[in-house]
Amino acid sequence: MIKQIAVFLENREGRVSECCKALKDAGVNLCSMSIADSKEFGILRIHTDNNELAHVTLKKAGFLSTMVDLVAIEVPDTPGALADILIQLCDGGVNIDYMYSFANASGHAQIGFKTETPEKAIVILEKLGVKMI
Amino acid sequence: MIYDVKTETMSREEMEALQLKRLQEIVAYAYENVPFYKKKYDEAGVKPSDIQTLKDIEKLPFVTKADLRENYPYGMLSVPLSEISRIHASSGTSGKPTVVAYTDEDMEVWTECVARLVAAGGGKKDDIVQICFGYGLFTGALGLHQGWERIGAAVIPASTGNTERQLMLMKDLKTTAIVSTPSYALHLAEEMERLGYKPEDFNLRVGMFGSEASSEEMHAEIARKLHLFPTDNYGLSELIGPGVSGECECKCGMHINEDHFYAELLDPNDFHALPDGEYGELVLTALTKKSMPMIRYRTKDITKIDSTPCACGRTTKRMAKLKGRTDDMLVVKGVNVFPSQIEGVLLSFKEIGSSYEIVVTRENYKDNLEVKVEVIEDSIVGDYGKLEKLADDIKKALRTVLQIDVKVRLVEHMSLKRYEGKAKRVVDLRKY
Repeated sequence: MIKQIAVFLENREGRVSECCKALKDAGVNLCSMSIADSKEFGILRIHTDNNELAHVTLKKAGFLSTMVDLVAIEVPDTPGALADILIQLCDGGVNIDYMYSFANASGHAQIGFKTETPEKAIVILEKLGVKMI
Repeated sequence: MIYDVKTETMSREEMEALQLKRLQEIVAYAYENVPFYKKKYDEAGVKPSDIQTLKDIEKLPFVTKADLRENYPYGMLSVPLSEISRIHASSGTSGKPTVVAYTDEDMEVWTECVARLVAAGGGKKDDIVQICFGYGLFTGALGLHQGWERIGAAVIPASTGNTERQLMLMKDLKTTAIVSTPSYALHLAEEMERLGYKPEDFNLRVGMFGSEASSEEMHAEIARKLHLFPTDNYGLSELIGPGVSGECECKCGMHINEDHFYAELLDPNDFHALPDGEYGELVLTALTKKSMPMIRYRTKDITKIDSTPCACGRTTKRMAKLKGRTDDMLVVKGVNVFPSQIEGVLLSFKEIGSSYEIVVTRENYKDNLEVKVEVIEDSIVGDYGKLEKLADDIKKALRTVLQIDVKVRLVEHMSLKRYEGKAKRVVDLRKY
């Protein structure tokens, strides 16, 4: 399991860049980023090389943020690899709230997802022999 | 048409004599029957016998909405509950409504007062009137309903909402008169256009508009788009509801039903009486109200008075269209909203901060109230569901207190403007 940081953002011009600039100034490297928006506000989800520092930095810069656990897996970069895992998770009763992929140079896809039942997901993934990060 | 010729065309001397007699009676009655008044007058060192002229009313202390709130629900009553025949309420400032009550006699006065305004506004016995005010605790709908019934018109209690259905009824039932807020009238016009109706498809003739301030320009637009003669009328539940004053065919101010309501116009800073033509705060005394005497009630409404005779033949004083308020009350969708009501609700949510902003806009002639609040609880920001639930819970809580729908916008912490002095929480972008 890895940690991600969720940042509350108003739909206001320049907020994402302000957030990234704060991290840049602190020397934090972003590994992944996902942004979802509703009409009124957005949640920016990031995973960095130094989440603790990123969290403190954002707080200082006035952003409301929280740490959230993600189950992270490494999936072979072949057709159907992710589908096979997701089918098993679904059959095992694991509900995925959201997921996104990470940047990496391993030739594998790295995927993180949020679920209410990470323990259950981990048992299934271990059984499948899926590499977890 | 003048409904009550004797009263409405009385000479000024006769009217003032009648007002003085009634004022003396009501002050003595309130002093004897309502502990609130006895205490207030004793503390001010004034006795009912001190009222020898109309001007002597200035010796009496004021009554405010706060007094009604403190005496919720029945503390201001001067009669036993068994004598009460109707109870209405308006939204209060602390979650509790402001309750008003009527005896049979009060109901009769109310109905007669509204009937006069209906006749002044051009209403007739053969009219078919559609009341597009919300029926319920709000005095507007039932007050106008009774007045129109009294003059013998056919009344359609259509209430509010569902504009397409309102228009269908209006067309099919051959409605000739409507009662609504002026902004709703414009919304009706707009929907007519959208649905492909023409003003000629309707039989509209007159419209009585109230419960929110409106300009001459707004009335001209209503007249042009709906092909009817619009008039403005004024009232407030603390005094009676609608029925305090209303325009006649001359549209040169709202004739006050002076035999029942004594109007003073005061400087809101030092409360000295202002001459005709100067804008100030309207202070009203219900001269005949038996259930709940209301003497020198501060309406907080800003207007001016004209005592010159009107071309319509009425001799009663006229008050100008409202120019604003001396407090921060807003009228949204015809409903009174105090920022303090909103603040009270917001303070009960620990996930949001104490800064907030209220934005009132008018789109397609419909008022919108938006409240911006800052999220301060960081544990919920990773989860859409929790954020949306928070916004929804705030919305529901505001609806319970205000009785209208409010849009809640969650904004970032520290993003709203901070004030060192008195905070400016309300932005009213409506243009009247």
